[in-house]
Amino acid sequence: MGRKLLLEHINVPGINTFDVYRSKGGYAAVEKALKTLTPDDIVEEVKKSGLRGRGGAGFPTGMKWSFLAKPEGVARYLVCNADESEPGTFKDRYLMTYIPHLLIEGMIVSSFALGANASYIYVRGEMMPQIRILEKAIAEAKNKGFLGKNILGTGYDLELYVQPGGGAYICGEETALLESLEGKRGNPRIKPPFPAIAGLYGCPTVVNNVESIAAVVPIINEGGDEYAKIGVGRSTGTKLISAGGNVKKPGVYEIDLGLPVEDFLYSDEYCGGIAGGKRLKAVVAGGSSVPILPANLFLKTINNEPRLMSYESLADGGFVSGTMMGSGGFIAFDEDQCIVRNTWNFTRFYHHESCGQCSPCREGTGWMEKVLHRLEYGHGKMSDMDLLVDVSKKIEGNTICPLGDAAAWPVASAIRHFRDEFEWHVTNAAEAVRGNYGLAHYADPLHVKETA
Amino acid sequence: MSVKVTIDGIPVEVEPGTTILNAARQIGGDIVPPAMCYYSKLKDSGGKCRTCLVKVSKGSEKDPRPMPKLVASCRTTVMDGMEVQNITSPEVVEARKGIVEILLINHPLDCPICDQAGECDLQNLAFDHGAAKTRYEFDRRKFEKIDIGDKIQLHMTRCILCYRCVFVADQITDHRIHGILNRGDHSEISTYIKAAVDNDFSGNVIDVCPVGALTDKTFRFKNRVWFTKPVEAHRDCDHPGCNGKVTLWYKGEDVLRVTARKDVYGEVEEFICNTCRFDKKSTGDWVIEGPRKVSNQSVISANHYETLHPLPVVKTNILLQEANKEQFERETRL
Repeated sequence: MGRKLLLEHINVPGINTFDVYRSKGGYAAVEKALKTLTPDDIVEEVKKSGLRGRGGAGFPTGMKWSFLAKPEGVARYLVCNADESEPGTFKDRYLMTYIPHLLIEGMIVSSFALGANASYIYVRGEMMPQIRILEKAIAEAKNKGFLGKNILGTGYDLELYVQPGGGAYICGEETALLESLEGKRGNPRIKPPFPAIAGLYGCPTVVNNVESIAAVVPIINEGGDEYAKIGVGRSTGTKLISAGGNVKKPGVYEIDLGLPVEDFLYSDEYCGGIAGGKRLKAVVAGGSSVPILPANLFLKTINNEPRLMSYESLADGGFVSGTMMGSGGFIAFDEDQCIVRNTWNFTRFYHHESCGQCSPCREGTGWMEKVLHRLEYGHGKMSDMDLLVDVSKKIEGNTICPLGDAAAWPVASAIRHFRDEFEWHVTNAAEAVRGNYGLAHYADPLHVKETA
Repeated sequence: MSVKVTIDGIPVEVEPGTTILNAARQIGGDIVPPAMCYYSKLKDSGGKCRTCLVKVSKGSEKDPRPMPKLVASCRTTVMDGMEVQNITSPEVVEARKGIVEILLINHPLDCPICDQAGECDLQNLAFDHGAAKTRYEFDRRKFEKIDIGDKIQLHMTRCILCYRCVFVADQITDHRIHGILNRGDHSEISTYIKAAVDNDFSGNVIDVCPVGALTDKTFRFKNRVWFTKPVEAHRDCDHPGCNGKVTLWYKGEDVLRVTARKDVYGEVEEFICNTCRFDKKSTGDWVIEGPRKVSNQSVISANHYETLHPLPVVKTNILLQEANKEQFERETRL
């Protein structure tokens, strides 16, 4: 049972209003940061905390901040990426809906640390209620002197804007987000230059996930060293996990990084096990773009050690037997779920969301989608599996932005771990259309190689 | 101040800020990566088709680490001491083969009825890198042909979405009214409400199009390009942005079409205006300069004006040389 840092007061009635949030110790981080710390101190605290980007890539936030170019006389921007569209991930929406002031407090502290006088929250266009909530919260904060000119008499000015997104998954890619924010078509830019050098309107820009920015608040309140004590190894602090799929209690949970996955999945405090008394077949641990794992490989690493909810432990085994933390979109599949259908569904999503700028992703995602559709509906061929692996390899790493990789990994991993289920869809095509393969051996204990 | 870069083992010294692709073009030959979307005359073009991917096996003298992924050579600038592998890296060759296959899966392969055939970048690319058959077994993307204006036809089915025509409209013409609609493999070049692309330089989109998606309606189905004879000509064009230097494509006495002069990489030397391109179709409008040498990649160069090199056997045999003297003189006079 860990301490809640982000969701501590989430059940307090009226926490979405300024007054209640303030009475629970809110905006203390702004006061502390603006009045007692210098921007460099804040960056240093965040570095010490070991906070890693919560949007998916897991890049250390403090390091990202310290890369920001600081030329004289050029504006700098902080952009909050709230374009949360990954299938399986819904933590940022939860945070913005119920405790919007936490994000705004984090934005003020982070903007101060980066020297930004105008900051943007780019919210997914479909989240209109959250946009209204944030705008209301910003108006409240401004009214109380926490935003606008001369905040708390410290001489620091900050304007905060909410921008509704362009309605595409690709706009969550940081450079596509900046293009979209500038009013252009949301195509990812070709890097370099990175946003830290030339981002929004050509100025140095930092783009951070909602949760990363919110996590700056407890880091400032309690100090980076205290924050770093939570978690294991280089995975420090707490993380919001959006649990979904066939679990008993789906929802957003704040966990200490390093919690064993078995505890997270089966304890009553979190997911409460698999719904309907069924058995676990597979897990997508971090949102649709991370590799899918069968139950046995998910609960134990390839060396038969229990897997933990941390960046390193989830990635243990690399692409052969591991997965990734991603954005924390935890999807569990029970024994009645069809992996082929799920893979097709994910690929259909990436096909639909590919921006079409670079050719491997534009054409390759559509190709994979068509082959998987054929497999799922009983017209597949034995050669299709190798074809899919080959096409996914041609896409992976050859595209402008990570969407190509995100489209390739679920397919490659599903075929790597569930190849017999795919083959069954070819050999027993008629049966595959009606029923499904079932659990088979996917939860069997791992065979550990004897070391001589 | 110049930086040294090694491409496939061949060192070259280039200006700082040069891209790997342009450094390779300074060397020339086989090691130049193919480019379907990059166009040196258009700012910000490139990076999209991914055919020019290369491996950077040594980042620079200061930071010798290799780059983790293959990089687009048209958009990556060279660093001092950089080492690049193009055709010497199996990884690059494999990736490029994949890109070519992927570019072709939604291409109609209607070369026999396509006006671009014979001078098509995609045709050359597929010939050089592609496999002879495809593994793609599904319906290809199809679009209706659209007339954009009375001179240009858009056949979106053939498009590979290189964005070159968008950059032309942005940078060469005075305003852009066409662009990319939709996303993913539904993306299409369109004028949205089928507005005519009609301004003085719009015809240049035909020249920059690497495939047969944008074709010249005054030339459509008139002839195969390899049956026409390219001739350099100029006229005194009164348009301030156009210097009137073109290539005329003759069939017999008739000028079938007019294009800008294209270099060895299929890129135009200078953009020309629509009056020169579409309206001046008789020899009397032009001052003929001489035959045009066409890039080595084109089938056209296999035809007419190539200087006839004597066969090796002829060179060594004095009698044969004498016997063919008149013919050589005639051929090389042009």
